[in-house]
Amino acid sequence: MYVAVKGGERAIDNAHRLLDHERRGDTAVPDLSLAQIREQMTLAVDRVMTEGSLYDRDLAALAIKQARGDLMEAIFLLRAYRTTLPRLAVSEPVDTARMTVRRRISATFKDLPGGQVLGPTFDYTHRLLDFRLAAEADEPPPAPARGEPRQDETVPRVTDLLNHEGLIEREVPADHVPVGDITREPLTFPAGRDVRLQTLARGDEGWLLGLAYSTQRGYGKTHPFAGEIRMGEVAVEIVPEELGFAIDIGDVTVTECQMINQFKGSKAAPPQFTRGYGLTFGHGERKAMAMALVDRSLRAADLGEDLVAPAQDQEFVLSHCDNVEASGFVQHLKLPHYVDFQGELVTVRAMRQDHDKRREAADAAE
Amino acid sequence: MRPSDDTLAGYNFAYLDEQTKRMIRRAILKAVAIPGYQVPFAGREMPLPYGWGTGGIQVTAAVIGPDDTLKVIDQGADDTTNAVSIRRFFATVANVATTEKTTEATVIQTRHRIPEKPLTEDQILVYQVPIPEPLRWMEARETETRKMHALEDYGVMHVKLYEDIAHLGRIATSYDYPVKVNGRYVMAPSPIPKFDNPKMDRMPALQLFGAGREKRIYAVPPYTRVESLDFEDHPFEVQTWDHACALCGSTESYLDEVVMDDQGGRMFVCSDTDFCGERQAAQAREAAE
Repeated sequence: MYVAVKGGERAIDNAHRLLDHERRGDTAVPDLSLAQIREQMTLAVDRVMTEGSLYDRDLAALAIKQARGDLMEAIFLLRAYRTTLPRLAVSEPVDTARMTVRRRISATFKDLPGGQVLGPTFDYTHRLLDFRLAAEADEPPPAPARGEPRQDETVPRVTDLLNHEGLIEREVPADHVPVGDITREPLTFPAGRDVRLQTLARGDEGWLLGLAYSTQRGYGKTHPFAGEIRMGEVAVEIVPEELGFAIDIGDVTVTECQMINQFKGSKAAPPQFTRGYGLTFGHGERKAMAMALVDRSLRAADLGEDLVAPAQDQEFVLSHCDNVEASGFVQHLKLPHYVDFQGELVTVRAMRQDHDKRREAADAAE
Repeated sequence: MRPSDDTLAGYNFAYLDEQTKRMIRRAILKAVAIPGYQVPFAGREMPLPYGWGTGGIQVTAAVIGPDDTLKVIDQGADDTTNAVSIRRFFATVANVATTEKTTEATVIQTRHRIPEKPLTEDQILVYQVPIPEPLRWMEARETETRKMHALEDYGVMHVKLYEDIAHLGRIATSYDYPVKVNGRYVMAPSPIPKFDNPKMDRMPALQLFGAGREKRIYAVPPYTRVESLDFEDHPFEVQTWDHACALCGSTESYLDEVVMDDQGGRMFVCSDTDFCGERQAAQAREAAE
């Protein structure tokens, strides 16, 4: 009867109870602890922190647990929490050249100052299900000894090495121009590179991966080389007003990717390499690389290249890369639309009547 | 419904921090000053999903005070799940009184309808808006549509409506039907049925529109002219029904069609549940007398 669409209050309460129940699963299986998620689902935690724009491993673990492992839902939880936090300070730019490197590879040079450090990577694993992990205890052998600790030692970035020769475009710091902030100002177009990079940094990994892939398959080719990918810990510093100098407030793990792209030159600029940049919290290599490719594609207009592909189109890329927005709007179609649908029913019925009349008139005329 | 004693621990009144509310109020003031103009604002993530009323919620959070009484409707009804969810949200984070009665409310947040009962100067109507740009279906680019508004270049909209008439014999838009506000800006009224468009014209209540995902706020101040776009030989028309409401007998309200069985059985009832309920109560009183 008509009440089918009514009774929202109780339905919601019951749905929430069911959800709690489903999340817990079989109570004969021990409850999953946040520490377990934080320590053993590290890459999920990293992704949630990156796209949730909040560096907090414990809260990310909580979000993942609450979301039943649905990472986009977890990202949404973290974002919604993040908005309520006060902004106490703005950090100094992080210096990734002073990173305590755990992984650092370059595809453009065989060897280079600071060396190639493979680090913990899936890259050369054979993707064979390891049934040993299905056995109860997972006690891997002790980690191999690290090379010389690189703390407090600068590992120059590959792009800096090329910079000495003038082979790559210079990255000019714009000290006098305030950096945009997409969490405090709405995105407007055309967006500067600061705003673009911020938007990409919290953008959906799948979206960026697909777009990056499209550039490799000819939809706006950028001739990229993975100049350098590095992952490790960097210090975050703030300058409190009352002190007037920078103090270290802690370390964050980040992954940075610098793409080096061919550029034929223009009337104004000589042929040289150009850059694409990607950065994520934690270990997010796939995302950092995809971001770097898309960043470079979005610079097409600035570099005077032809705009021919979706990945070069700011409005298209940036307006649709946030998965909290996308997921919400796609799924809002679940909400009732019967008022609008009723309007459509009335219109379509009237149009069909017109159509029938016209056909009858045409038939009669024959 | 009576408010409980305290708001949600750890959160500010009405969820948003005061600085954010100030930012939103500034946007609202600008929107009121330029009726129909879409003001960009730094929309925040809300704990409800984008597309589910985050714009309306932010506007409501910015204008609501402890003494306000809030009504939330979705599809005209107070007890649809999302309306329940949003009403609960404000009951929790703002500790305000809530109501289902249109006349008792000082702030009404709505999705897809305008209440049947005329609103007053003491009320604010807050619309949830999915796509604030009326020109979006003709021009996908924000950079272009902003220019078109600035130049009052609304030719494409008229061409679209004209093409409807040429192809279909009528304007085929039945909801989110474009309006011109104060003789200047073409505005999306949000996906209300065109049936509701005439109610917007010179409405005594302040009408505020919030689009959270698209980060835009716009407004129609009280007693402002709102015209639905049309042509002299094809004047604007609203939906009509051959039926009356099966519950209250109304012939002047917007009706929802409810499928009763798989034999083509249909029932038509008011979409505005408060309006329908009051009429039924009045009829019951009369019958008892």
